[in-house]
Amino acid sequence: MSIVTSILGQTQPLISSNPMNAAESAPILHLAGPSVDWLALLPLLILLVGGLLMLTFSSFLRGRAPKGLFATVTVVIAAAAALSALPVWARVQNWESLLWWTTNHSQPGAFSTVGGSVGIDGFSLFITIVLCTAVAMAALLANAYLRREDMEGPEFYVLMLISASGGVMMAMANDLIVMFIGIETLSIAVYVLAGMHLRRVQSQESGIKYFVLGAFSSAFLLYGIAMIYGATGSVNLIQIKDFMAVVVPAHNGFLLLGLALILVGLAFKVAAVPFHAWSPDVYDGAPTPAVAWMASGVKAAAFAGLVRVFVLTFSNYGATWRPIVYALAILSMVVGAALAIVQSNVKRMLAYSSISHAGFMLMALQASSSQGTAAIAFYVAVYTFMVAGSFGVATIVGRKGDGHHSLTDYKGLSRSNPVLAAAFTLLLLAQAGVPFTAGFFAKFYAITAAVNSHSTPLAIIAMVSAVISAFLYLRLIVAMFMSGGDDGADAPLPDAASRIRVPFSAGLALTVCVAVTVLFGLVPDLLVNPARDATPALVKVEATGAPMSSVTGG
Amino acid sequence: MSSMILANEAVASFPILPALVFLPMVGAAVLALIPRSRPEISRQVAILFALATGVLSIFMLCQFKTSDEHFQFTVSQMWVSSLDIKFFLGVDGISLFLVVLTGILFPIALFAAKPDNDPKGYYAWLTLLMGGCMGAFLSLDLFLFFLMFEITLVPLYMLIGKWGHGRRVYAATKFFLYTMLGSAFMLVSIVSLAVLAKAGDNGAITFDFTKIIASDNLATGTGRWLFLGMAIAFAVKVPAFPFHTWLPDAHTEAPTAGSIDLAGILLKLGTYGFLRFGLELFPEATVWFAPVMLTIGAIGIIYGGIVAAMQKNLKRLVAYSSLAHMGFAIMGLFALNMEGVQGSVLQMVNHGISTGALFILLGFLYSRRHTYEISELKGIAKVAPVFAGIFTIVMLSSIGLPGLNGFVGEFLVLVGTFVAHRWWAVVAAAGVIIAALYLLWAYQRVFQGEPDEANASFPDLRISERLVMVPLLVLIVFLGVYPKPMLDRIAPSVKRVITRMELQVDGFHEPVTQGGSRLGPIKELLHEPSSGHGATEGSAESGTSNGEHALAPIGVGVIR
Repeated sequence: MSIVTSILGQTQPLISSNPMNAAESAPILHLAGPSVDWLALLPLLILLVGGLLMLTFSSFLRGRAPKGLFATVTVVIAAAAALSALPVWARVQNWESLLWWTTNHSQPGAFSTVGGSVGIDGFSLFITIVLCTAVAMAALLANAYLRREDMEGPEFYVLMLISASGGVMMAMANDLIVMFIGIETLSIAVYVLAGMHLRRVQSQESGIKYFVLGAFSSAFLLYGIAMIYGATGSVNLIQIKDFMAVVVPAHNGFLLLGLALILVGLAFKVAAVPFHAWSPDVYDGAPTPAVAWMASGVKAAAFAGLVRVFVLTFSNYGATWRPIVYALAILSMVVGAALAIVQSNVKRMLAYSSISHAGFMLMALQASSSQGTAAIAFYVAVYTFMVAGSFGVATIVGRKGDGHHSLTDYKGLSRSNPVLAAAFTLLLLAQAGVPFTAGFFAKFYAITAAVNSHSTPLAIIAMVSAVISAFLYLRLIVAMFMSGGDDGADAPLPDAASRIRVPFSAGLALTVCVAVTVLFGLVPDLLVNPARDATPALVKVEATGAPMSSVTGG
Repeated sequence: MSSMILANEAVASFPILPALVFLPMVGAAVLALIPRSRPEISRQVAILFALATGVLSIFMLCQFKTSDEHFQFTVSQMWVSSLDIKFFLGVDGISLFLVVLTGILFPIALFAAKPDNDPKGYYAWLTLLMGGCMGAFLSLDLFLFFLMFEITLVPLYMLIGKWGHGRRVYAATKFFLYTMLGSAFMLVSIVSLAVLAKAGDNGAITFDFTKIIASDNLATGTGRWLFLGMAIAFAVKVPAFPFHTWLPDAHTEAPTAGSIDLAGILLKLGTYGFLRFGLELFPEATVWFAPVMLTIGAIGIIYGGIVAAMQKNLKRLVAYSSLAHMGFAIMGLFALNMEGVQGSVLQMVNHGISTGALFILLGFLYSRRHTYEISELKGIAKVAPVFAGIFTIVMLSSIGLPGLNGFVGEFLVLVGTFVAHRWWAVVAAAGVIIAALYLLWAYQRVFQGEPDEANASFPDLRISERLVMVPLLVLIVFLGVYPKPMLDRIAPSVKRVITRMELQVDGFHEPVTQGGSRLGPIKELLHEPSSGHGATEGSAESGTSNGEHALAPIGVGVIR
């Protein structure tokens, strides 16, 4: 396949509203459109079209929407998208049956569609489902929040759904251009989400900050893609991989520069040090449910992108990029943990701790093995619940105006809201990596992957940084439970009368987060096995359906 | 080594070890569900669950086969199949008495002290702590051990931080972070060990302790690094000399029950870890590191004693005395002979009993005078003779007076160390004298003389308080006079460890006394069961083949 047709093949579905027509008219144009497996794209389409339909139909309601309608619809859309991924998952894993439905796959295993520019494999489907969960959690948190802040309307949910569809696009990208479109769809919606709270100056500020810096990073990414194209003659990951398998360029400066620029662009999205400067400010200013989505969804999608580009495509350049990711991981873990403990604002604390978590996932990434990608998948899934729950508590405690986020606002929370304080404690202990929580296993698998790839020093640094960040979580727990110690003994303690009301939807989200964190901590196999099955793959599938070449990670 | 796991058919019908772990945890869950309006029943519920666990542990002690060196009552259940992590419990002579000690000391701690506020949470954390300790002593899966070892941090953190005195948050946070930092190294060591040993079927990863010690896939240098990682965690927990600074703070600020369990049980996790996951897992590295560890033990003994003598606060004094006593335990372990290791296990149990008792008494003292400062206490023996009398017995046990339990362990440790490394034993023996110095001096200042105004109305112990002390006093005297039943059960397992070490490490022979009947490596003795000393006459199963451990005669002979 020549470069020209491949590019035409990829751009076709993006400019043509009906590719099937293109396929029928092929004899006349002498140009075959790509075959599209609509079923496999269903999660993406449900999220995108669902969001757009919601926006359209909400205009008919003229502000008379019943309470909680949009949140419910969002959760339904996210659930539908996640469910629609299951038959494809069954096909990729070659399951004999899915619940009561006996499957019969003519062509089991990972596959690619839309002319090889969209890759459907275990990893992309796993991340898709994680993204859908993150959307559902954030929507549940947003429901009461938006009402409290007088921001009610469908926009928040629509933006989140569109952003999620961008994330799914990234997770499925087998093509750098598709990845770029995904990351832009994801990001632009999030920029708006960050600045949505019109009455908070910090929210405006964070929106602008995120947008300007994010645009920069996108430029880096795009520049990197251009370099890679220049060096390898393709933007398709499969073709790049094939190219590198047969051609050893004498001068690979272009390629390396492109790789570095792509790494910068994606590391910005996961907020790895030193590309993290935006995240504390943005997390602090943005509406808290939006932060829950940012911290879980955006990170998951960006890690999916990192896995696809680095672990899958440029695995034979591991000697080049692994040391860089190694350094990024150390910096993120240590700097994130160290800066987190000096914060006095809970949202900023959680922002820095999320940087530290990104460091752990980068550690699993640099292992560049199937174990490493499984560890990333596990970590991302668990982290979604932990961070959504944590920011859920911040949403509730933030109270009207979304401004009560300092550590003193959490003082004595165990007296006014014992259950809320207990839930937050559990989520924090999970983030610290205390045994019998899912957070422990997440860290454990990341460390096992690192040790297995002979990066034991990195594993030791990771554990030490986990101890440093444990101090942060302990500070929060102390504030909630042990006020009156040596930590501001004279401050008046709240009692049952100053109880913060926990809205039903947010309570539901918190319950789910806590339950999942405990469940996967006690029975990790439930999540480990899907995470292990979620292997990323670069598979080229011809129009006839027969796989031509298969390259799997690890 | 393949015969390590022996299912015990006799009691296989009842899973006693899981019950020991889960019963307290269920208790914690039940306590958490008690409505806030009924705080008074939480105490009863906690005592019920802790007592039931204690009775169960004593039942297990009765069922324990004395001469069996292998793990008994083993239970194995797959937990995380992808990494072959099992819920694998078992007990042998080494862990047996630590489990029983846990079963005894926790109910006593519950009886002895009441919290100031929020009893529900207090009792829930305490019972959870009990389950965690049981789990750590019983785990035969490295991963499970790590989990249990770590999970004990959270309850104790909460107990110190919420129900402690003075600078409790500082002390609790210091304790948590110190121990977690140590555990961080241990986790990396455990993971590396599992990855490198590949001891599972077909070279797969496994965390099964018995499989890992049955395989020999470790290079010498690697083994030493891994041992070092584990040693840091255990040294922090014990605590050994340079890692001890969290202990005085934690002890001083902890509530009474927290202090009892911290000193009585949790510190033993460190020495037990050294024995089970140091000596047994890395024999070569153990021999290599032994001089360093002996020195650390000796420094702990002398340093702990001197610093204890200088303390103005009674709780701090006892905390530093723990440092000295645990120095003996470490020293005995790394003497690497039967006397030393057996003495070390005895020392762990005895220190748990006597220091636990000391902390209970200090709790009684605090509930009356609301201070631990030595300078504020005076002449208490005059007004509270029973309290002073009990305190004297416990104190003498802690000093190591012959005839009381503290003596046996320390003596065996000193004998073992003397045989192996003479000069270290000489230094450590001085520690015994320092112990007498600081405790007797403190006793003199607190109990002797004429009581001043504040102390004149010091009420003596109530009946209930006296009853709480009875089991501990009985143990103190019984184990001091007749330690043989304990030694009989400890010896076979200790011998298993030492024999394995001799087989695994080139050029290592157990250091034994010259001219004794036990000359020469045990390797030879293994093949010719000697008539021994007939030392098993009083044990449950006579005619066993553990006759040649000369230990029981030494220990018992001296006391007689």
